[in-house]
Amino acid sequence: MTKEEILALRNEPWRDELRKKMSPKERGAIERVKMPELAPDYRITTFTEEVQQGLTKEMAVTEAQRCLDCGDPSCMKGCPVGINIPTFIKHIEKEEFAEAIATIKQTSSLPAVCGRVCPQEKQCEGNCIKLKMNQKAVAIGYLERFAADYERESGKMQAPQCAASNGKKVCVVGSGPSGLAFAADMIKLGYDVTVFEALHEIGGVLKYGIPEFRLPNNVVEAEINTLRQMGVKFEPNTIVGKTISYEQLHEMGFDGIFVGSGAGLPRFMNIPGENLIGVMSSNEYLTRINLMGAGRGQGFDTPVLKGKNVVVCGGGNTAMDSARTAKRMGAETVTLVYRRGLDELPARAEEVHHAMEEGIDFHVLHNPLEYHADENGRVKEAVLQVMELGEPDASGRRSPVAIEGKTETIPADLVVVAIGVSPNPIIPTNFKGLEISKKGTIVVGEESMQSALSDVFAGGDIVRGGATVILAMGDGRKAASAMDEYLTKK
Amino acid sequence: MNKIVAKEFFSENVVKLEIEAPQIAKSRKAGHFVIIKIGEKGERIPLTIAGADEEKGTINLVAQRVGVSTRKLAELNVGDYVTDVVGPLGRATEIENYGTVLACGGGVGVAPLLPIVIAMKKAGNRVISILAARSKDLIILEDEIRKYSDEVIIMTDDGSYGEKGNVTVGMEAAIAKEKIDRAIVIGPTIMMKFASLTTKKYEIPTIASLNTIMVDGTGMCGACRVTVGGKTKFVCVDGPEFDAHQIDFDEVLVRMRAYKTEETEALAAYNK
Repeated sequence: MTKEEILALRNEPWRDELRKKMSPKERGAIERVKMPELAPDYRITTFTEEVQQGLTKEMAVTEAQRCLDCGDPSCMKGCPVGINIPTFIKHIEKEEFAEAIATIKQTSSLPAVCGRVCPQEKQCEGNCIKLKMNQKAVAIGYLERFAADYERESGKMQAPQCAASNGKKVCVVGSGPSGLAFAADMIKLGYDVTVFEALHEIGGVLKYGIPEFRLPNNVVEAEINTLRQMGVKFEPNTIVGKTISYEQLHEMGFDGIFVGSGAGLPRFMNIPGENLIGVMSSNEYLTRINLMGAGRGQGFDTPVLKGKNVVVCGGGNTAMDSARTAKRMGAETVTLVYRRGLDELPARAEEVHHAMEEGIDFHVLHNPLEYHADENGRVKEAVLQVMELGEPDASGRRSPVAIEGKTETIPADLVVVAIGVSPNPIIPTNFKGLEISKKGTIVVGEESMQSALSDVFAGGDIVRGGATVILAMGDGRKAASAMDEYLTKK
Repeated sequence: MNKIVAKEFFSENVVKLEIEAPQIAKSRKAGHFVIIKIGEKGERIPLTIAGADEEKGTINLVAQRVGVSTRKLAELNVGDYVTDVVGPLGRATEIENYGTVLACGGGVGVAPLLPIVIAMKKAGNRVISILAARSKDLIILEDEIRKYSDEVIIMTDDGSYGEKGNVTVGMEAAIAKEKIDRAIVIGPTIMMKFASLTTKKYEIPTIASLNTIMVDGTGMCGACRVTVGGKTKFVCVDGPEFDAHQIDFDEVLVRMRAYKTEETEALAAYNK
């Protein structure tokens, strides 16, 4: 959206009128809304009940009033998918909720998801003008979630309009956030879109990775159903590169292929004892519980190991999800081991806050050295290296340095390693002609997301090596626009 | 959903199912496996593809009733559906004309061995197959193996069929008779460990196919990790076949027991 387009919308009479209804001073006097939440001691007993309960209509309207509807909305610059933030917020202020969600859906295909899992403090809210005025940012994420939830709960979900069929077929590899965002844009442009998914369920990391207490499955399901209504076809249990080859995709008539195959191999630290029973990747732990229903006592066949004293290694969102899941699985103690300090935790601020409230013990400035086993080969304790912060490293964060000879041993009968993933190797090894980086990611043009194979575009973790839901969605959108241009010219 | 078109019991606990999976039948090669799931609440389990009919669009799976999932599978009948089947997964067997190949299958491991024996024979190898099991009724696919082997040795622990003794006795006999250029061993982990030790003595390049615990089977969860040549490898994407002499079998044996308690409990609940 150009500056002129943004301004033209802002200058519409209704927006003018609304702005004048309250003075900036009055707007500034309103306190930022507090999200209603389940109490920590209750919520650690439930997997499926969402921690954050969502804003009421009144809360949302009042929060929307806090937005100054500024002339140069810097919040939009922080949004990887370019949502017209002031427009949707002002619709909420005017209690035009259908218009609010329609505005968001012009550029975002998963608003109920993004409203819940985006790191808003680093994106839209991090750019809010109010921060410069020493006020708290407008709760843009909460408002986005409100608009999406209001529509879904009303039972009248509107699928966005799609252009007439242009007769061209494209396919998507992987049904995670980048693939879904790509599919949504392409179906709107009139393409015939098929999404292939390796697992038996659609949604990728939204299903296997993010726990239901943070992102309920029915919320993801509703967003996927909207895509279905728009005409997107989903094929689960299909591994492109294995079940169907690149050549076969051409035989099937696909003119363009978007690869959003996501994170693959979990990373381990290659330390002694890491292959003991009871040491597992966060991918394994969360997949067993989230996707396969393990440990939830409802007749699911998949087992999962339970621990009394659980250690989680890592400081990102996946580490928080693993730690909080372990708590819900009945662990007596859950210790999060992170090699840097509290200020350096890469997780969303809200997740860290929630984890602390739920009694997760943050063992920062510690790094696992090795694990010891009991007589059955199961892990029983973790030896940790004590660290201190040194000079800032390439990432700008102060780098952790080991304090020579200082270690600590803590009991651990379950260790969840959440230190990141390498890109999924299946497409890189099975599509001949791609350019693959040393890290195993697919090399693409920065704006076009086009790979060395001209009909293959890619985005999300397979390109970035590990990112957020919203960055993956941004890639999907960029790739859709570039592929559309490529196929139109062809 | 994949329909079962044929079913046959090889023995009391070993069942062969032929199921519709046209795309997999077309893409699969010897050594590949699939992940299946039975019912909405089922678990994902890996099974090696024991054969396929591309024209019919079917694949063959052989499973031994051990836990809840394999029991559920064995209870399905012709006309029933397997809820989810995905594949082919893993890397295909490296097939070349090596000269003389010693193909060793233990118990139900003979099923995944069969397509490799066929492919090795077609590539021009002389194939000596050893089928080993506890007793006669657990020897499976003998006729099919014979059809593609130059020589077949049968070993049973109790001597109820063929020669008495475990697989390594048969291997030693074969190795004593002629030069072996390559060995393939598939079966229970403990059998593969000792088969591998046998060929190591004679420096015969040997491949073993591991059947570790898996969840997704696509390289995502890492449950299947093993140490091969001192490095961590994932059976689902780097395997399932590895240089047997490099595999840390003792670690595999420990890791296979990871869910023993949970599996025993689940089985008890299922049998009730």
